[in-house]
Amino acid sequence: MSSLEQIEITTEELRHLVSPRAIEGDTILLNMGPQHPSTHGVLRLLLELDGEIVVSCIPDIGYLHTGIEKSIESKSYEKSEVMTDRLDYLNTMGNNLAYCLAVEKLVDLDVPERAQAVRVIFAELQRIASHMVWLGTHMLDLGAMSVFFYTFTQRERILDLMEMAGGQRMMTTYFRPGGLWRDVPDGWVEGVRELIDDLPRHFKEFEALISKNPIFLDRTKDIGILSAEDGLAWGVTGSSLRGSGVDYDIRKAEPYSGYERYEFDVPLATEGDVYARYWVRMKELYESVRIVRQALDKLPSGPFRSNNRKFVPPPRAELGESMEAVIHHFKLWTEGFPAPKNSVYLPVESPRGELGVLLEGDGGPKPYRCYWRTPSFVNLQVLPMLSKGHYVADLVAIIGSIDIVLGDTDR
Amino acid sequence: MGVESKLGNLGIVTTSLEKVVNWGRTGAMWPMLFGLACCAIEMMSSQAPQYDMSRFGMELMRASPRQSDLMIVAGRLSRKMAPVLRRLYDQMPAPKWVVSMGDCASCGGVYNNYAIVQGVDEIVPVDVYVAGCPPRPEALIHGIMTLHEKVKGETFKDWA
Repeated sequence: MSSLEQIEITTEELRHLVSPRAIEGDTILLNMGPQHPSTHGVLRLLLELDGEIVVSCIPDIGYLHTGIEKSIESKSYEKSEVMTDRLDYLNTMGNNLAYCLAVEKLVDLDVPERAQAVRVIFAELQRIASHMVWLGTHMLDLGAMSVFFYTFTQRERILDLMEMAGGQRMMTTYFRPGGLWRDVPDGWVEGVRELIDDLPRHFKEFEALISKNPIFLDRTKDIGILSAEDGLAWGVTGSSLRGSGVDYDIRKAEPYSGYERYEFDVPLATEGDVYARYWVRMKELYESVRIVRQALDKLPSGPFRSNNRKFVPPPRAELGESMEAVIHHFKLWTEGFPAPKNSVYLPVESPRGELGVLLEGDGGPKPYRCYWRTPSFVNLQVLPMLSKGHYVADLVAIIGSIDIVLGDTDR
Repeated sequence: MGVESKLGNLGIVTTSLEKVVNWGRTGAMWPMLFGLACCAIEMMSSQAPQYDMSRFGMELMRASPRQSDLMIVAGRLSRKMAPVLRRLYDQMPAPKWVVSMGDCASCGGVYNNYAIVQGVDEIVPVDVYVAGCPPRPEALIHGIMTLHEKVKGETFKDWA
């Protein structure tokens, strides 16, 4: 294959990225990834090593570049929502939420209270599910196998609830512009309640296993310290920034989908090391359960999607009776709804940080530009800085602690 | 204690060498620990206790292609990743098999655009395609069972 040579990076091209010692052959260059169990996907790292110490670390991304933004620009607003699930595949519902909110802001569409509450419940359950995958794989990287089994057992229970409502385990596309695809089914509310009553017990179990484990402490304390100033300067958001003591959570700073109605705390740690980021994420799990419980207690009845026929398809039953409904249905599914010539940016708090959608309408049914400000991409920038001077084994812990998803990074 | 007590005096089993070898190959087929995208999460789920792929002798995911028999292409394959995938396939020792997991790996899925290879069968020979976006863990396990059936019917000539 001729393209094999294209990915080989020669020393010449690296000259400005590595220290002069590498050129002299004093330090060695080591390739880590794109197929590596600890890079959480297809991240490739070029490491310059002095013995076992990382001198410099150069992330090479793009191995999962999917052209999602371009694909969204070639489809109507409603049809391109399926693309958004597959961006950050651990936060499928959260991506749907960000996209739907952006579309709703662009066309000025109302969302019923019930839909907003269900969205919050799912977004928080998704955050728990995402943190479960993070915890399992992070511990797997650090050499603790059993945590993976415990966390994935809990994650399956959340996926069951998502499947119940959306019909699919991961890529539900359950939120739609203007509300939800359909109302939550019978038994769902009881299922969520049973789950959130049980989950904190398991979180405590995880903490008992990990938090004071001397091996874990040795591997994570004072490793990969990110100062608050550096974090802000590099645009780091989410739990990674809160681990450095910066109180920034979009759910508090710019509430969306009715987050201002719920009481919850934003866990903060000040150390900024791997352990602090771990601690913040563990505490976030309890807060998510708290939000879900409040939303469930106050779950309003009523419509689950907007009644604005220009943007939301009519119920199936209406099609047999009303000619107008048939016209709306036909228009929506053949050409989609037009959006005004305007551009909106909407950030939400994904499990990894600030997930923002920039949508630019041009008056037609397709977006002129769709840009995703994805947290993994921005957070990954600090990896070279954090890993400098640490052992290769600690690099693995640092990658796990900034919790990147490569689908989110490469888009 | 074991099967000997059931057999009694029948101490000899006659079969063909091919059958024994294929039985051995299906009993401990080690997949490569190689995830690309969303399907990799479902591949991890099928390793987790709920679905437990180790029931079929596959609990050992090898991170090195040189120690693995089966490549599960789990997820969309970008054009930048394609040469890497081929190199990994070339590094695997024969006999080796490929399962294309999910729509993206099988045919490009929803991504008919400039970035995604429209099916990994353009790069490597695929034995079993598993449909779904992403496929459920049950679907992946079914795909692997199908592969086992296929392997049981193989002859030495195929690998010669």
